[in-house]
Amino acid sequence: MRRRGGTRPESAGQDRLGPGPESAGQAEPGPGPESAGQAEPGPDTPVRGDGPADAVSCAGLVYAFGETTAVDGLDLAVRDGEVFGLLGPNGAGKTTALRCITTLLPVPAGRVSVFGHDATRERMAVRRLLGYVPQQLSADSGLTGRENVTLFARVFDVSRRERAARVAQALDAVGLGDVADRLAKTYSGGMVRRLELAQALVSAPRLLILDEPTIGLDPIARTSVWEHINAVRAATGMTVLVTTHYMDEADQYCDRVALMHRGRVRALGTPRELRDGLAARRGNSGEGEPPTLEDVFRDVAGSGLDDRSGDFSDVRSTRRTASRVG
Amino acid sequence: MSEAPAVPLPASAESVRPGSLDLLVVPPSARTGWRLLPARVAALCAVELQKLRHDRTELYTRAIQPALWLLIFGETFTRIHAIPTGGIPYIDYLAPGIIAQSAMFIAIFYGIMIIWERDAGILTKLLVTPTPRSALITGKAFAAGVKALIQAVVVVVIAALLGVAMTWNPLRLLGVAVAVVLGSAFFSCLSMTIAGIVLTRDRLMGIGQAITMPLFFGSNALYPVAVMPGWLQAVSLVNPLSYQVDALRGLLLGTPAHLPLDYGVLTVAAALGVWSASSLLGRLAR
Repeated sequence: MRRRGGTRPESAGQDRLGPGPESAGQAEPGPGPESAGQAEPGPDTPVRGDGPADAVSCAGLVYAFGETTAVDGLDLAVRDGEVFGLLGPNGAGKTTALRCITTLLPVPAGRVSVFGHDATRERMAVRRLLGYVPQQLSADSGLTGRENVTLFARVFDVSRRERAARVAQALDAVGLGDVADRLAKTYSGGMVRRLELAQALVSAPRLLILDEPTIGLDPIARTSVWEHINAVRAATGMTVLVTTHYMDEADQYCDRVALMHRGRVRALGTPRELRDGLAARRGNSGEGEPPTLEDVFRDVAGSGLDDRSGDFSDVRSTRRTASRVG
Repeated sequence: MSEAPAVPLPASAESVRPGSLDLLVVPPSARTGWRLLPARVAALCAVELQKLRHDRTELYTRAIQPALWLLIFGETFTRIHAIPTGGIPYIDYLAPGIIAQSAMFIAIFYGIMIIWERDAGILTKLLVTPTPRSALITGKAFAAGVKALIQAVVVVVIAALLGVAMTWNPLRLLGVAVAVVLGSAFFSCLSMTIAGIVLTRDRLMGIGQAITMPLFFGSNALYPVAVMPGWLQAVSLVNPLSYQVDALRGLLLGTPAHLPLDYGVLTVAAALGVWSASSLLGRLAR
């Protein structure tokens, strides 16, 4: 499907998370973050078009929590129908950006719109178009799988006539049809994630927003979650906006990615464009491993993977999610 | 958790072959206008009932405390005739107060529940659906009311076993149910309003415990307002619990009550509670 075969490097041995200060220094002395002349379109890719074609458009989005500026002038355009990855370490501002797009946070400066609907002035219209899976395992453990999905069918006004069939389809789409009447508290982490996917899918969203969908899952569950996302996307043609800090997943599953660091997009393009761009800049295409997306990220972020990435609450909530996943 | 996949990801996506997805391509047509809010409230109430059905332990354990109040406190105080009850046995006088009190004790912890649901992402996800904040709050308030109703039944049964002469007139019992639900709605909304202000469980626990005591003792649940010092009478005058108890006592025991005023105060209080809690709910998502 959307697998870029052979070229995908198995970056198995690497320090994947990379936010820790210890992993910062090793970045190759490549061009710094500010360096001009990169191959890929710069962060200032024009976004003005409220072109109805764009699923998400952010222009100059700024969001600060007190002193901390989480999102610092974000420009972003997600095209209709693509799988778009928003990448970056903990604290890069990914989740905050998503929360602005999903209308959970106000937009204090800049402009955010979803399929042309302004995220502050037309909140209800935006919410109707969204399926949202937050980072935490957010299925209600005191309800069965079917009840969890039915709730979301009801709050999106699925008519009573159609409800049972639609809920069953959503559950089947994520492979939970057989366990639909078990309480969600008996599900494994990967099953809960798929249940959440079903909850988001039941309203036929045009834009599916996934915040770290595979965090804390084992490799097999991660693959399974992604395959279900892809299968449903192929069947429905919806746009997917996903955040992750697993670069290998982004490389494999995203049509385009934006590398985010310190609240801004630092590089944008298809994973291949970004990798080839770095290879060309290094001029080392002959010897050694071809660069991975993670190398691109280190290159773009420079040695800036510093103490600011991953503040305490961020790490704590990640850990909490991980421990709930088990 | 952070390790790379140990094995290459399976090369074929063919393992995932969802069945027909035709329904998942068509967005449902949106309800509009006045029918939106009742439909959402109904959906959220249904969910709360489902949760109660799956896990009834809370209902059982919650019944213990009011039973103990009646058995221990009630039986003792009914012997010492210390409280002027207008000629009825103290345990009779107490029973409606205990119904109201146990309802309040359940409701006052709804703020903690909503903070928990926020932390778990459940609330966050619902806030991203086309659901008015007030519907989310009303659903919770309704759930508090249902739990309180079940407790009220327990108290009425225990009281009957203890020989309290209460009404069995269905119309009056319906009135009791309405008063219990309205009172629970108010106190759960009060708690969720505070949750929207303080935002963390720890702070809410402290505040919740700090306000339940004065709300309880600053009401006519245990003794008539007339025996209170003047300043406490003033507290009782603005305390919805007093109006709830007044209505319950009037309906269950036939004591003189001010039913129109009681229901008026409870309705307005519940409506204000829903309004304030829903206006602050968005803060929990930040």
